Amino acid sequence: MSDAHTQFAEDERIKSRSKFREAMIRPELGGIIGTIAVFTMFIIFAGDSGMFNSQGVLNWSQISAQFMIIAVGACLLMIAGEFDLSVGSMIGFTGMLIAIFSVTLGWPVWLAILVTFVLAMAIGALNGFIVVRTGLPSFIVTLAFLFILRGFAIYLPQTIERKTIIGGVADAAEGDWLAALFGGKILTGLFQWLGDNGWIAVFERGTRKGQPVVDGLPMLIVWAILLVIVGHIILTKTRFGNWIFAAGGDAEAARNSGVPVNRVKILMFMFTAFCATVFATCQVMEFGGAGSDRGLLKEFEAIIAVVIGGALLTGGYGSVLGAALGALIFGVVQQGLFFAGVESSLFRVFLGLILLFAVILNTYIRRVITGER
Amino acid sequence: MTSIFKTFLLATTVAAAPMMLATIASAEGEKYILVSHAPDSDSWWNTIKNGIALAGEQMNVEVEYRNPPTGDLADMARIIEQAAASGPNGIITTLSDYDVLSGPIRAAVDSGVDVIIMNSGTPEQAREVGALMYVGQPEYDAGHAAGLRAKSDGVGSFLCVNHYISSPSSTERCQGFADGLGIELGDQMIDSGQDPAEIKNRVLAYLNTNPETDAILTLGPTSADPTMLALEENGMAGDIYFGTFDLGEEIVKGLKSGVINWGIDQQPFLQAYLPVVVLTNYHRYGVLPGNNINSGPGFVTKDGLEKVEEFAGEYR
Repeated sequence: MSDAHTQFAEDERIKSRSKFREAMIRPELGGIIGTIAVFTMFIIFAGDSGMFNSQGVLNWSQISAQFMIIAVGACLLMIAGEFDLSVGSMIGFTGMLIAIFSVTLGWPVWLAILVTFVLAMAIGALNGFIVVRTGLPSFIVTLAFLFILRGFAIYLPQTIERKTIIGGVADAAEGDWLAALFGGKILTGLFQWLGDNGWIAVFERGTRKGQPVVDGLPMLIVWAILLVIVGHIILTKTRFGNWIFAAGGDAEAARNSGVPVNRVKILMFMFTAFCATVFATCQVMEFGGAGSDRGLLKEFEAIIAVVIGGALLTGGYGSVLGAALGALIFGVVQQGLFFAGVESSLFRVFLGLILLFAVILNTYIRRVITGER
Repeated sequence: MTSIFKTFLLATTVAAAPMMLATIASAEGEKYILVSHAPDSDSWWNTIKNGIALAGEQMNVEVEYRNPPTGDLADMARIIEQAAASGPNGIITTLSDYDVLSGPIRAAVDSGVDVIIMNSGTPEQAREVGALMYVGQPEYDAGHAAGLRAKSDGVGSFLCVNHYISSPSSTERCQGFADGLGIELGDQMIDSGQDPAEIKNRVLAYLNTNPETDAILTLGPTSADPTMLALEENGMAGDIYFGTFDLGEEIVKGLKSGVINWGIDQQPFLQAYLPVVVLTNYHRYGVLPGNNINSGPGFVTKDGLEKVEEFAGEYR
C-alpha cells in the first residue's frame, strides 16, 4: 500500500500524508506501546521474582504463544468482518478426536492428526457456509457451534471410554514423525550449552541432574511465530490480504469490485479452525492426553488479544502483528501478576482493568492521530 | 474524551496501588504455594483457602493459593510450572490427572522445590513424581468404603450425581461406590454440570424415569445442595438413602433433619493445613513424618454434629 502511495503521490485522489503520520497510524501502535509498558511494569515490580529467569520466561512465552496461535486466526477472521465463538470448544473437540483416533481406535498418530485437521477445517467451512448463506450474524452461528462441539467433546469419550479424559497419547506418539512437529522441542543443543555455561538454571537433583530446566524451544512457540509471520505476509503483501480487508470493510462494495467475499469469509473460518486445531494438537502432544474441558473460554481470550492488538470489532481494520503483541501483553500480564504476588482473587480485577485500559488507549490514539471522529 | 481518559487512568492507578503494595509488604520467611485443580465456581475449596491461611499465620510463613479459573488441567500444569519458576520453598498441589501434571511436578521437584501432594491422586503417584508425601483421602477407597456401608444398609441400586465429570477422581468415587455395593456402575452415574438448577432438574428427571432407585450419592456440596431441593420437590426427602462426599452448611442441615444418612468427611482443612506445617518444620528443623497422612474418609452422621455444624464450610 505504501508503495502505491509514494508512486502516485501526485495523484489528486490520494491525500498526502507525512512519513511520521504514516508510521503513527499503524494499527499495532497501541500494541507496541502496551508491550513496552507491561514489560517495564513487570521488570520493576517482579524483576527478581523468577519471572525473567529461564523457567519464568518459558512460562509466559508458552502462554503468550497459545494466545498467539488462536489470535492469528481470530484476527484475520475479524478483519474479514466475522467472529468465531467456537474456537474454545474446537480446541476441546479436536484434542479429543486426536486422542480417540490414536488411543481408542489405535490409528497411527500422524493419521489421527491429519484426519482431525481435515474434520476441523470442514467444520470451519460449515460455519462459514451457514453464515454467508443465511446472512445470520456469525456471533449466533458460531455460538451454536460452541455448544455443539463442547457437547461432542464430552459425549464421545463418555460414551466410548466412560471417562472424560483420555490419556496415553504420549506413548502412542512415540517416534511419530508428525507428532514431533507439534509436541517436540528444537534447539535442545543450544539450551544444553547455555546450561553448561551457567547461563540458565539446571536441575539440582533427580534423574535429570545437570540438564537445563528449560531444555529446548517448544514447537508451540515455533508454531506461534510461524503463524504470525505467514498471517502477516498474507494480510499485507498479497492480493488475498486486500480481499480480506475489503470483505470486512464494506462487503457490498467489495462484491461490486469483484472480490469473492463469500469465499474469503469461508476460507477465514477454515483458517480459524486450523489455528484452533494447531493449539489442540500441541496441547495433546505436550500433556499426553485430551480432556473434555480443554479450551474453555479461549474464544474470548483470542478476541481480547486481537482487540488489544488494535483490530476493530466491526471488521476491515487490524493487523496480525498487533494481534501477536496483544497476545504477548495478555500472556505476560496474566502470568506476571502471579510473579508480582498479586492476590489471586484480585488479579482478575487487575487484568480486566488493564484490558479496558489497553482498548481505550488504542481507540484514543487512533482517533487523535487519524483525526477520525 | 480527554477527561474521561484521565479519570480512568487515575482510577486504574488507585485500584492497582494496594495490590502492588501488598507485594512489597509480603512476610519474611518461607514461601509455600498451593495449586488446586478447582474452578472458581467450586465453593468447597474455600475451606482449603482458610486452612492454608491459618497455617501460614500460625507458622509465620508466606502462603499463596492458585487455581485454573475454568478448571482446565492444562492451565493448571502451567500454573505449577509458573509456581516452580518463582522459586518457593515448597509447592502443595493436587494430582488430579497424572498424565497432565506429573511432568511439571517432577520438573519442580528436580529443580529443588519440595512438593507435597494433597487431595487428589494416590500415594503411589505421589511417590512416583518425587513428592515428600501424600495428604488426603484415597478416592476409590473412600467410595468403596461408602459402598460397603450402603450395602450393609440394604442398598441395591443408586444414582451418582457427578458435578465434576472431567476430573478422573470424581469418577473413581462413583466407581468405588458401585464396586463396594458389588454392582455395575453402568448408567447410574450422571454428568450433572455445575449449575444448581440444572443439577436439580437432572436428578428429578433421573428419579422420574428410574423410580426404583434405592440410593443417591453426591460428590460434594455443589451437587448435594440442589439434590436435596430436588428430593424435597418430589417428596423423596428422608425416604431415599442419601450419602454424600464432603460437608457444607446445607449438608449438615440435611444430616440433622435426616434427609442425608451420612457425609464422608475428607477434612479439607487438614489437607491444606498439614502440608504447610509439615513443610515448615521440615525446612526449619529437618523433621518429616515417615508416612503419608490420610485425612479421610471419616463418616459423619447425625450423632456428634455439634463441632461440625459450628465450622461447616469454614474449617470442616
